[in-house]
Amino acid sequence: MNTPTTPVPASTPTTVQTLPIQRSARREITLRTREALYGYGFILIWVIGFSLFTLIPLIQTFQYSLNKVTVTAQSISLDFVEWANYSRALFTDPNFIELVIGYMIETLVSVPIVLIFAMIIAMMLNLNFKLKALFRVIFFLPIVITSGPVIKELTAQGAASVPSIASVPAVVEFIAELPRALRSPVEYLLTSFVLILWFSGVQILIYLASLQKIDRSIYEAAAIDGASTWEIFWKIILPSLSTVTVVNAVYTIVTLSHFSENKVIRYIYDQTYDVQGGIGYASAMAFIYFAVMIVLLGIVYLFLMQWAKRGQGTR
Amino acid sequence: MKSVMSNTTPTGMTRSAFQPLLDRLRSFLFGNRVHRGIVFNTLLYILLIAIGFVYLQPLLFMFVTSIKSPDDLLNPMVQWVPTEFYLGNYEKGLRVLAYADTLFASVMVSVTPSLLQTFVASLVGYGLARYRFWGKPLVFVLLLATFIIPPQNTLIPQMLTYRDMGLLGNPLALILPALLGQGYRSAIFILIFYQTFQSLPKVLEESARLDGASDVRIFFSIAMPAALPAYIVSFIFSVVWYWNETFLTGVFLEGGVTTLPMQLSRFTQAYENLYPPGVVNIFDRLNEAVKMSGTFLNILPLLVIYFILQRWFVESVEMTGITGE
Repeated sequence: MNTPTTPVPASTPTTVQTLPIQRSARREITLRTREALYGYGFILIWVIGFSLFTLIPLIQTFQYSLNKVTVTAQSISLDFVEWANYSRALFTDPNFIELVIGYMIETLVSVPIVLIFAMIIAMMLNLNFKLKALFRVIFFLPIVITSGPVIKELTAQGAASVPSIASVPAVVEFIAELPRALRSPVEYLLTSFVLILWFSGVQILIYLASLQKIDRSIYEAAAIDGASTWEIFWKIILPSLSTVTVVNAVYTIVTLSHFSENKVIRYIYDQTYDVQGGIGYASAMAFIYFAVMIVLLGIVYLFLMQWAKRGQGTR
Repeated sequence: MKSVMSNTTPTGMTRSAFQPLLDRLRSFLFGNRVHRGIVFNTLLYILLIAIGFVYLQPLLFMFVTSIKSPDDLLNPMVQWVPTEFYLGNYEKGLRVLAYADTLFASVMVSVTPSLLQTFVASLVGYGLARYRFWGKPLVFVLLLATFIIPPQNTLIPQMLTYRDMGLLGNPLALILPALLGQGYRSAIFILIFYQTFQSLPKVLEESARLDGASDVRIFFSIAMPAALPAYIVSFIFSVVWYWNETFLTGVFLEGGVTTLPMQLSRFTQAYENLYPPGVVNIFDRLNEAVKMSGTFLNILPLLVIYFILQRWFVESVEMTGITGE
């Protein structure tokens, strides 16, 4: 009682019980402080890393985006230009906005395809059939080999499109008939469908794990109550996949947005070394791109949460 | 005659005699509660094979093209089956890629950060899962942020700092962030370990604490062994992602260490240095087959690792419970 401030080592629980209430409350506080200190100790290394490799560079990039940056062999000189880099990216540069709009369309088209496709594959792999192990090995290949150079090679081969469909005259005419707003998504869908499938590896894995967590007895109970497979899918499987769908959607958007062959990223990277552009301009574009990405994430997240809530309601 | 007719009307016939047969036919075709019907199974296999083909076709194409001799390449009759098993492209590919050196560099550059990243992620994940402290939700938000923030938003200052420190081109440029929990996709690994440690029972650790073990000791001798599957899975994924990551590697290692994918991206140039187009005969010019052999050599180590460790990939999520409720 006379030394309440020193950290108390975890002693035998019998002494705790005989102590007066006031002291055990104090001891509770010191134990909690001690616990918190150890907790901070474990994550300290991450906090340092976060400040050094994420926070400070992020702030510096923002600072660059407000300046005209000239890099020489020895030093970096900044010339404050307010929001000029941003207005140039948004209003003057004809390429950037077009690329960003293309990126938004591509992402919004790709996400549902990846999600639906991954869900179907996961449900198939969750069944029992012959050669299951072989098919699982094939379907998880994209996890291992989806990288910038390989995808570039695939696209160059034309392995990424649905060739027979995209070049049929009737389809070309059909696309030409579509309203302008719909044309580019449909075109993208036809030319890159297979490419999109290459981005579903991890998502299949996550869906599969989530499917295997569903208790078998729920299916049996539903079947005994006379539910058809169709009803089981809509009433049991889909609602239990709703949370994981949000995770997958976020993962898909982030992967697509960070992919090194992404056109916007390539453009920003090229502008970094451009005499006309430079680091300041590239930084401003990076921030605009980041903001667009957050908006996309927000849209998809809210949409899916709405759906998940409804799914949970009907369960 | 009449009485016979009335007794066995055609409809009555089917009801009585054919009903079991029809039922069996129906369950054979469309399945019943116990097994799936043949229609469903056929559809399932068609879908499986179609999708499997989509994934395998580019690889097959890559491989078949890479073993084509120059004659086969020019011959329009030869599509999927080359007339001979020609290894000349691989000879050139190995030389142009400087395979031994670049492979070693790639292994070093992906394995070292992965080891560090996995260990640090487990420390942080353990801290988040086992201790109560103020500001934990903030840490999770920031973790998510490190996952979402595009690399080019933090790349330039990092690059300039590395340049000032003379670390550009040095593998340390990739190792340092990994060591501090900011490696490539570290956030995912931290969340994996968070999930894993949360799902492990606390009892053993608590009894060790009562026996007087320190927190650090508890982590090393109880928590770490219990989470072994998570370590293996994280390490494998980390290696694969580091191997495939070409953007950051390209920026940070340019002018220093050359990895396999980096050398592949300047394949044409390197080839023409070794085999100058004006000097060598026409069959030694750079062709599609040589390029494909280069690409194939590039993914071959990953394929080998994958086929050896495929069980870990396939069962990984079940073991670690990434799904994150």
